[in-house]
Amino acid sequence: MKLLVLFAHPKISGSIVQKAMLAAIAGLEHVTIHDLYAAYPDFDIDVKAEQQRLLAHDLIVLQHPFYWYSSPAIIKEWQDLVLENGWAYGAAGTRLAGKFLMNAISTGGSSEAYRPDGRNRYAIETLLSPFNQTAHLCGMAYIEPFIVNAGRKMSSQDLTVRAEAYRDLIVGLRDGRVDPLKHLCHDFVLPAHFAARVSP
Amino acid sequence: MNIETALLGAFVYLAAAVISAPIATRLGLGSVLGYLIAGIIIGPSALNLLGSETGDVMHFAELGVIVMLFLVGLELQPSKLWQLRRSILGLGGLQVTGTALAIGMAALVLGLDWRAALAAGLILALSSTAIVLQSLNERGLMKTSAGQSCFAVLLFQDIAVIPILALLPLIAVEAAHGEGHSMSLIADFPAWAQTAATFAAVALIVLAGRYLMRPLFRFVATSGIREIFVGLALLIVVSITLLMQFVGLSAALGTFLGGVVLAESEYRHELEMDLDPFKGLLLAVFFIAVGAGINFSLLIDQPLTLVGLVLGFVVVKLLVLYGLAKLFRMTAPDSSRFSFSLAQGGEFAFVLISFAAGLGLLAATQAGILVAMVAISMALAPLLMIADEKLLQPRFLRAGTERAADVIDDSAKVIIAGHGRFGMTVGRLLNASGFKAVVLDHDAEQIDSLRPFGFKVYYGDATRTDLLEAAGAHDAKVLVVAIDDREKSMELVHTVRQKFPQLRIIARATDRVHAYELLNAGVEDVHREVFASSVDVAEAALVALGRHPFEAFRAARTFKAHDERMLRKTAQHAGDRETLIDAARASRAEITKVLSGDTGEAGSPGDHAWEAPDRTRE
Repeated sequence: MKLLVLFAHPKISGSIVQKAMLAAIAGLEHVTIHDLYAAYPDFDIDVKAEQQRLLAHDLIVLQHPFYWYSSPAIIKEWQDLVLENGWAYGAAGTRLAGKFLMNAISTGGSSEAYRPDGRNRYAIETLLSPFNQTAHLCGMAYIEPFIVNAGRKMSSQDLTVRAEAYRDLIVGLRDGRVDPLKHLCHDFVLPAHFAARVSP
Repeated sequence: MNIETALLGAFVYLAAAVISAPIATRLGLGSVLGYLIAGIIIGPSALNLLGSETGDVMHFAELGVIVMLFLVGLELQPSKLWQLRRSILGLGGLQVTGTALAIGMAALVLGLDWRAALAAGLILALSSTAIVLQSLNERGLMKTSAGQSCFAVLLFQDIAVIPILALLPLIAVEAAHGEGHSMSLIADFPAWAQTAATFAAVALIVLAGRYLMRPLFRFVATSGIREIFVGLALLIVVSITLLMQFVGLSAALGTFLGGVVLAESEYRHELEMDLDPFKGLLLAVFFIAVGAGINFSLLIDQPLTLVGLVLGFVVVKLLVLYGLAKLFRMTAPDSSRFSFSLAQGGEFAFVLISFAAGLGLLAATQAGILVAMVAISMALAPLLMIADEKLLQPRFLRAGTERAADVIDDSAKVIIAGHGRFGMTVGRLLNASGFKAVVLDHDAEQIDSLRPFGFKVYYGDATRTDLLEAAGAHDAKVLVVAIDDREKSMELVHTVRQKFPQLRIIARATDRVHAYELLNAGVEDVHREVFASSVDVAEAALVALGRHPFEAFRAARTFKAHDERMLRKTAQHAGDRETLIDAARASRAEITKVLSGDTGEAGSPGDHAWEAPDRTRE
């Protein structure tokens, strides 16, 4: 399986966790890393090139810090422009059907904060539901997110462990060791055309 | 005419013009009326200051009418004609034929023979382009639908003068002593040779206009001698006039044709401006001569007859115009404005009357009555328009009739002064976005090199008020000052701020000092010509040095904003070197701090917007 990591961080020099995660998957074969802020500092996204890139891969990873319960701005701009009606969704929009989508995020808060009694009140999966539904509308399968919580409070050893785990997941998905259909996000409803591919 | 009488004549005419025109304009009567009245005053009816040369003067001043037709031709771009085709042909055509027939009929009833009646009808069908356009412009009504309709009709009339000039001799053929004023040198040639010569002359004008003029203009323009350009413009008019007289055609027709051929030329504005004063002065002399020629014994001998004739004439014109307005489904206020604007005789009538009299179509007394009728109706014209404005238009508003939507002006909203590498880029983007810019440039070679790319570039010095006016500075929204000459740029800015205050100026500054001058002259949109690209280069260098592209982008953006802010802050100290140096030092320190993240200034790359050191997002 070919993976495309769409990386978005507006200030990579000030980052710790995302930098470590990115370093962990750098240079892997069949894993393309595409830095959106580097490619489009003025947000002038090349729609055709982005669509071609999507077609050349099977699994799309959105790797980004979890800003304001969502992604940095350029990912939203990317969605708005690249996922065109008639291409990604709508009557004739089936070009992404059968592919997989996943978020790989880092949060400032601990996992306890994302519970009904925590300060962020909602589970991260709930907050990510716009991506979940985006995948559904495009006929893609939405895999459970990879999350690094409270990375800045971690010891460097712990951070290395999490970065290694991320690398294992990416490589496992690439080599077929990890079956993405067995790791769907818990409330995701699989589009019908995946039926034949689900093994018992 | 010896030199002293000539000078004396010139003195009387010029003094009359200089005194009468400003007074008449101030009284709201318009300059044409002023000239006519001045002519009456210095003429035989009053002061009798003129010698026997009035006839010669009139012939010379007819050159003014010829120049005017050349200018009318210059204004006639095919695209504009096409856009107004329905109004011009339909409205204009019906107005001229309808009015000519109605007045001709009335003339028959009054006992004229059919030839004179037809000639009188055709002559009186015309309205006064000079008075109507001037009045509509003064009251800002040119772009309204009524104004556009008036313009279309006047345009048709101006063109119709030429066929009428051709038609009158035909009507006169059987008249008793019709020798016309043909000074044709080919009159003795066989018919086929005359026809061939006529066609050859027309072809010569078209071909010369197409292929000979452009290199000639360029040759003269590159010399940089202004008065030679004026000389060339006059030379064109005079040579066409001579050529036309040689083959026995109307000189007006020839120059009109020459004008149309040159209408698409980039030297059009320059030609218009150079000839305009000549046209104005020659027409002034012409109108004064006409005024001097008015036979006042008529008014004194038979005042009631003349008053009755003028009233009848104006009412017939009004009725025909109003009928047409209804036929073309104009709204009530538009119909009224349209009819009242055009209900008078025109300046071409004087030419045609003297022409028809020369042909023997009109007896001297008939010609005298017609001249008086036209002149009096022209004197009444501004009063009629004021009556419509003050008495009728308010009624329509009160009656709740909705005012017709103004025709949106499709002329260029943006003028670009200077079309070198800088102005061209500006023009390309504006063009690609659907704005047709009027471009002015003073470099003939530059203009030549740009024509193949489809730019509308006009030759001329953009600092001249008349060129700006011709380019539409009164109606335009934006002026881009893209000229590289700093002094010219400042001169242009000062002129525009004074004469066209509504025009928004966006200016190119060659450097910081120039930018200061522009800012201090009150221009808000000042752009240093190499500033943006040098910041771009610095951004590219930052990326090449390993800085993340988005951070480099933000640094460049912050730097740009900071520098623009400093530029505006220090503009007031433009002359003070010490203060400027201090300010520059402080500014350098500040931007370094901002970019390295030493300050808490919001929005700069050094801020903490995307970091969570204190875990505020937990």
